[in-house]
Amino acid sequence: MSENKDILLDIRDLSVQFNTDSGVVKAVNHLNMHLERGKSLGFVGETGAGKTTTALSILQLVQTPPGEITGGEILFNGQDVRKMTDAEKRRLRGGDVSMIFQDPMTSLNPIMTVEDQITEMVQLHLNLKGEAARERAIEMLRLVGIRPERAKDFPHQFSGGMRQRVVIAIALACRPQLIIADEPTTALDVTIQAQVLELIKKLQQSEKTSMLLITHDLGIVAETCDTVAIMYAGHLVEYADIKSLYTNPKHPYTQGLFNAVPTLESPLGSRLAVIPGLPPDPTNLPKGCSFSPRCPYAQPICHEKACGMREIEPGHFVDCHFPLTPESGNKFLEHPAKEAE
Amino acid sequence: MKNNSMLKYTLIRLRRNYLALFGLFILILLIICAIFAEQLAPYGYAQQDYMMIRKAPSAVHWFGTDEFGRDILSRIIYGSRISLQVGIIAVSISLVVGGLIGAISGYFGGKLDNILMRLMDIQMAIPTILMAIVISSVLGPGLFNLMVAVGITYIPKFARLTRASVLSIKDQEFIEAARAMGASHKRIICLYILPNCAAPLIVQSTLSVANAILFAATLSFLGLGIQPPYPEWGGMLSSARPYLRNNAYMSIFPGLAIMFTILSLNFLGDGLRDALDPKQKR
Amino acid sequence: MTMSDNLIDIRHLKKYFNVSSGLLHAVDDVSLTIPRGKTLGLVGESGCGKSTLGRVIIGLIKETAGEVFFNGEDATKFSGEKRAEFRRHAQIVFQDPFSSLNPRMSVSQLISEPLIINKSCKSKAELDAKVAELMDLVGLASRLTTSFPHELDGGRRQRIGIARALALNPEFIVLDEPVSALDVCIQAQVLNLLADLRESRGYTYLFISHNLSVVRYVSDEVAVMYLGKVVEKADNSTLFRQPLHPYTQALLSAVPIASVGPKKQRIILEGDVPSPVNPPAGCRFAGRCMYRQEICTQQTPELVEVEPNHFVACHCTGHLVRHA
Repeated sequence: MSENKDILLDIRDLSVQFNTDSGVVKAVNHLNMHLERGKSLGFVGETGAGKTTTALSILQLVQTPPGEITGGEILFNGQDVRKMTDAEKRRLRGGDVSMIFQDPMTSLNPIMTVEDQITEMVQLHLNLKGEAARERAIEMLRLVGIRPERAKDFPHQFSGGMRQRVVIAIALACRPQLIIADEPTTALDVTIQAQVLELIKKLQQSEKTSMLLITHDLGIVAETCDTVAIMYAGHLVEYADIKSLYTNPKHPYTQGLFNAVPTLESPLGSRLAVIPGLPPDPTNLPKGCSFSPRCPYAQPICHEKACGMREIEPGHFVDCHFPLTPESGNKFLEHPAKEAE
Repeated sequence: MKNNSMLKYTLIRLRRNYLALFGLFILILLIICAIFAEQLAPYGYAQQDYMMIRKAPSAVHWFGTDEFGRDILSRIIYGSRISLQVGIIAVSISLVVGGLIGAISGYFGGKLDNILMRLMDIQMAIPTILMAIVISSVLGPGLFNLMVAVGITYIPKFARLTRASVLSIKDQEFIEAARAMGASHKRIICLYILPNCAAPLIVQSTLSVANAILFAATLSFLGLGIQPPYPEWGGMLSSARPYLRNNAYMSIFPGLAIMFTILSLNFLGDGLRDALDPKQKR
Repeated sequence: MTMSDNLIDIRHLKKYFNVSSGLLHAVDDVSLTIPRGKTLGLVGESGCGKSTLGRVIIGLIKETAGEVFFNGEDATKFSGEKRAEFRRHAQIVFQDPFSSLNPRMSVSQLISEPLIINKSCKSKAELDAKVAELMDLVGLASRLTTSFPHELDGGRRQRIGIARALALNPEFIVLDEPVSALDVCIQAQVLNLLADLRESRGYTYLFISHNLSVVRYVSDEVAVMYLGKVVEKADNSTLFRQPLHPYTQALLSAVPIASVGPKKQRIILEGDVPSPVNPPAGCRFAGRCMYRQEICTQQTPELVEVEPNHFVACHCTGHLVRHA
């Protein structure tokens, strides 16, 4: 992490927990991650890995209580978000950093026209009023492929894909420096997903916005992102640029993920390699490496002591005592695991 | 089909709500009074003492005496038995009848639903006091008839509540799954739909008991339902009216009894509503 | 292929719904066969009617027209005892492991339900034994017998759904998006379970999903649906190697690839999926099709066998070149 790179977002040692009836849920643990200006980062992990919590922490939107940021810094343009005043935070949300949520049906206000929802944003952040605000709204709608005649329609009059485009238009209206997209296409059909991903890519290039894309789909990440971060049980386990990670995954979990998902290219008749067991209980994380109970490569030290992120190759970080090499083979395929009990 | 973990979970959440716990405490106190009235009351409820007419509260009569020399404290304690009986039995009638109507209406829909709900609408259009008076007059005086009258007036409320719950559950996949297995309508309603409607019905029942008690007191106040010498709190209020200026305590204590009972049931009901609401994260 | 080789033979099946804006053609003249012991993958996007088709086949929804032959007999004409028997032979696993289980029933109660309703066991002991057997079959630990759905994760819940469907020992199982709501790693476990069961017990599956990669992994044959009609059907390898219908081609090209390297040229479809209410005349896909001809908006194409066991419903098949 040299100093010459222009780093927009720098998360240092972030820890977030939730105090619930059943215990303390350690949602995010000592997360270190950064995003360069103009680049896009794919944030991959399964449910409960802590991706959405991290995203909400950036915008200081984690519900407190029961949530609590117990440590770390989130530097946006060098300024710690946690130490911002309320006014600065309001400027941050929607102005410098926009968020696109998963479900376009519930993230739009059902009783406002789409035009009004965009003008509300630009009035708040860009201080545009009246006609100027309206023009900006029309321009944004046109940018996402929605005809101006539909500006005065309500969200329920649009289909799922179109609604997500409206959400993107609102997100981009104030020219944010960073867009956080939380599973933006999961709720959409695959052909509509292709349209929306094309759009996001195109806009990202033309507006030079940085993007943090949260998803569980490795295919989407390969198509739209520059770097990838893999999360497991609140920890970052691997971080690299796309090419390195996809050709040489170094963390066993990453390897397991690649093998557990059927693709259109996998040989017919092959069996899916299963990662045995289930993700750990977040109120009771295992000692040592969180992935060690399920890891076929685990050694005794893995159950005792966590490793911490290490830079194995330039730009490729792994949290593992025994990062994989091309010679390691694939233990997931060799030993068909017993199913979960 | 009791759901054990649901009950345990609810109790844990309820424990944190101090108002609800207070309500529960008062309710338990009342239940004890109702059950052990004979042991707890210092005097009989009809025991008259002409030497002690309209005496203010004292060491001998903690709440004073009424116009017949009867101990007010004892009458209040016995009164709890009547009030709770009325509340619980009246609400049971409305819950069972209203619940059944609502469940059938919501589940089968169509013309049956229409007819039943319009009947409920018609009943709701009639002022409840008027309806209770009519039913009481038809059935005649007495405790049981009072309970029936009050119970009948609440039927539409429970019917609508049950119907709304049934409608929201009816389209869930587990109902479809039951049908795919070949479950009969009766089985689906009894094992699948009603147990999942329990929460709003429990809350409504608790609040309705409070209402029923108040309603019964109102009817007694008007001279219907319970006849003297039975110590119904509303009746006690009514007979204390002429003496309001000089012997206010004759009205205050029955009034307080009514107030605390209603309050406690409301607190408990609200607490249950919060505890049973699955959306509450805490 | 003789009749007895096909467990399921669907002929001109239709299901229309009356909605306020008109007639919704959920399933519009579908004819399909499913060979015994094989898996037919049914693929399509939302609104194509695949879920409705699955439910109509097993009788959960009454068809508007058409026939469903099960082992040579028309199941749509069954009633009473025969209907109950058909139900034992044809079961369904639902998509959402959260809403497809009664929250007030324990695991053992949930799995016992089909057995109790159909009076399959003569004693409590027999019932308990069968439930234990089923739980073991799907990989649920015996200690979970008294657990409730909300205490378990999605994967375990879905296993309950599968155990429930297997309780009556059916021949045919409709799997309606059985893994879509699950995390990828749990998904893999459940897919392997389904594959094992099929191998050991010889079930016939109708596997409904919008996820093409998953369908490719599990199916022997694949049918693609669009707006209530089957537009292409072929065996697995043929469909994915040589899709002929423009919609199938677009669908396959839309799937993101999890690898780096030269990117393929993607076919991006214009516009949205039209509404299945009062659909237009002619080919349903014509509005978004890049090969659209005059005839396409006038005449609905029939599903024709263009190669052995490769059916396509398109007027332009002869001229189509597959996009590499």
